[in-house]
Amino acid sequence: MKGVGWRLMETLKEKKTSTDSKKAIQISGAEALIHCLLAEGVETMYGYPGGAIMPVYDELYKFQDKLTHILTRHEQGATHAAQGYARVSGRVGVAIATSGPGATNLVTGLADAQIDSTPMVCITGQVTRELLGTDAFQETDIIGISTPVTKWNYQITEASEIPEVMAKAFYIAKSGRPGPVLIDITKNAQIEKFEFSYKKCTGVRSYKPVPKPEISAIQAAADLINNAKKPFIVWGQGIILGKAEKELKQLVEKAGIPAAWTIMGASALDTDHRLNVGMVGMHGNYGPNLLTNECDVLLAIGMRFDDRVTGRLKDYAKQAKVIHFEIDPSEINKNVFADVAVLGNSKETLGLLLPLIKDSKHEAWHNIFKEKYQIEFDTIIKNDIHPTKPGLTMGEVIEEINLASNNKAVIVTDVGQHQMIACRYAKFSQSKSNITSGGLGTMGFALPAAIGAKMGAMDREVVAIIGDGGFQMTIQELGVIFQHKIPVKIVVLNNDHLGMVRQWQELFFEKRYASTVMVNPDFVKIAEGYSIEAKRISERKDLKATIQEMMASKNPYFLEVKVEQEGNVFPMIPSGASVSEIRLQ
Amino acid sequence: MHKRKGKWLMENKWFTISVYSENNVGLLNRISGIFLKRHINIESLNVSKSEIDDVSKFTIVVNTTEKWVHNIVGQIEKQIEVIKAFYHTDDETIYQESALFKIASGLLFDERQIQNIIKDNNAQIVTVSRDFFVIAKSGRRSEVDEMYDQLKPYGIMQFVRSGRISVTKDVMQISAILKEF
Ligand SMILES: Cc1ncc(C[n+]2csc(CCOP(=O)(O)OP(=O)(O)O)c2C)c(N)n1
Repeated sequence: MKGVGWRLMETLKEKKTSTDSKKAIQISGAEALIHCLLAEGVETMYGYPGGAIMPVYDELYKFQDKLTHILTRHEQGATHAAQGYARVSGRVGVAIATSGPGATNLVTGLADAQIDSTPMVCITGQVTRELLGTDAFQETDIIGISTPVTKWNYQITEASEIPEVMAKAFYIAKSGRPGPVLIDITKNAQIEKFEFSYKKCTGVRSYKPVPKPEISAIQAAADLINNAKKPFIVWGQGIILGKAEKELKQLVEKAGIPAAWTIMGASALDTDHRLNVGMVGMHGNYGPNLLTNECDVLLAIGMRFDDRVTGRLKDYAKQAKVIHFEIDPSEINKNVFADVAVLGNSKETLGLLLPLIKDSKHEAWHNIFKEKYQIEFDTIIKNDIHPTKPGLTMGEVIEEINLASNNKAVIVTDVGQHQMIACRYAKFSQSKSNITSGGLGTMGFALPAAIGAKMGAMDREVVAIIGDGGFQMTIQELGVIFQHKIPVKIVVLNNDHLGMVRQWQELFFEKRYASTVMVNPDFVKIAEGYSIEAKRISERKDLKATIQEMMASKNPYFLEVKVEQEGNVFPMIPSGASVSEIRLQ
Repeated sequence: MHKRKGKWLMENKWFTISVYSENNVGLLNRISGIFLKRHINIESLNVSKSEIDDVSKFTIVVNTTEKWVHNIVGQIEKQIEVIKAFYHTDDETIYQESALFKIASGLLFDERQIQNIIKDNNAQIVTVSRDFFVIAKSGRRSEVDEMYDQLKPYGIMQFVRSGRISVTKDVMQISAILKEF
């Protein structure tokens, strides 16, 4: 913080000495915007220039020693990179684009960040104020377009609005339940000069980011937990966003409760923790899904009962008392009725809950999870990660990455079978290690998100796991990796199909593989075209050594693994089925 | 504040949603988008100032289930510029609509019955000109509809009805929320 303030002072001081010291310092809106970003501690942003945002780019040029701008090869890539950066670091990701098509290309990333509660500020240029509403060149109503997919958005039409609006943008993006904010700035506002001063936003009167926890609700929750015979915890990303990993661990251990996670909650508790019983949801683990309908108290923390988690709602945990810890009041009773709702930040509410919790063990109940795990291991996991038949599986690739990285890597996944397999089998020993597009399921997310994740955690290994389909949705971002030598490890699990859709076609559409067979290019050659070290393997004997070589490399590395073409992900709760109807095959 | 298991009635009902908010250009779009996303029709919408300076009030009428109105109000309240949003059933509010009827002037003199309709319905004549006169009527939807049915046979040149406006029987405490800030 001190550094940032200092930087701002320095640049303003330089200005001052070069002008009449008595005259107030006038700077352009574009320059003011840069000062706002610096004041908010932004070091890196992702974007793409164009006419309506050129004054800002001109300032980015001047400030390039203080603020890094990464030119992604498509604006969608800029948003996903900003998301990856935000998710791994807990800071606000920043993306910038021009008006019209530049702005519309941000929409997927905005929607993704909105549904996955990722703090992001997007800045778009807009035609000059006089031209608004005239269908000017590259004018588009990005405020109207982005409204449903932003936590907040605002159009700045004069320079003097910039400091206050930008301060508010960052405050809103990161406070409470985080989310994306879009600020559209007309070109005149970037050019006009005004007297700049900056004050951080500390509150907005109509916005209560964090509800105050009610002690009576916490007591009621504690009573239910202390009296439960078969309690079960399902946590979500709320633990990570609330920085409540330690409190979760203490709760799980003190109360002796088996705990499972949603895909967005992955990595908040070590995979190897004895009470971590796995993932819930459509392709989650057998035990936690099945036993959701057998627990007597379901303690849901920082999760939102997405349909991929609950299956058929009317048969979801009907026998259980439901306790819902949540920061967003609109999530309470949205999908599942809460017998007790505890509103507030998870770190605070769990902190208040802990002293009320009695030391307990539920070994018999925990053993049922272990029995179910054994069934799942024998029928599925064994064959996924230690296959004996020919044809590489996605699971064994993930397992080798675990071994080679000592469970320490950040795993960034795209969307499809490889995503489910990676989330099922990747092992985590540190929070914020699973970066995936959970709510929107955006193919093309992983490659740019991995770039952002690496830049947000330079000291960590970042491995992107991508399908052959999704890879080609944002493949152009190899250019960023090439240009900036960003040492991410890219693993394409190539089954020559849009695997997840093909699996549904196999199971539910009598194997009519409509448009899911992929005719793929030579990915290794493409990577080599970007001067990225690249390998392709298709045999088990080469797997271990190659993964080790990849993980040991200090450079970007591309690995294509030819995996079996018609592998399926199990267990599976077919869409519309109950969690009790989870299929092992 | 939160309902317990299974307590929601699943049949459609009329609900009045009241939204207290900052004055903001984009907010109407945000709010209407919440209905659009859920494919729920807005039956009427009124925006006005409220009892608090600089605070606007939206009054929105919908016909839906309590589950959905709860969901919608939660989403509305989540919007940054919204101070507070509530939903109420008809018996929890005092509500009115107003309507204007434009009628050919000749009828006022030729058809005695029209004057009786105006009187019986507690309506007012707002203006009279050579060609037409305008009747204003406020009241519940059913009362306005009744008057409409009575005037219809004589010929209505134009008709318009406003959105519902309503106040609640219980206290809203918006000022207290704002003071907390
Ligand atoms: C942008 C986008 N378009 C379409 C889909 C629908 N979809 C979900 S998974 C999938 C197949 C993904 O195939 P691939 O990337 O090869 O991964 P695999 O499932 O084979 O691991 C598709 C098409 C999506 N999630 N996102």
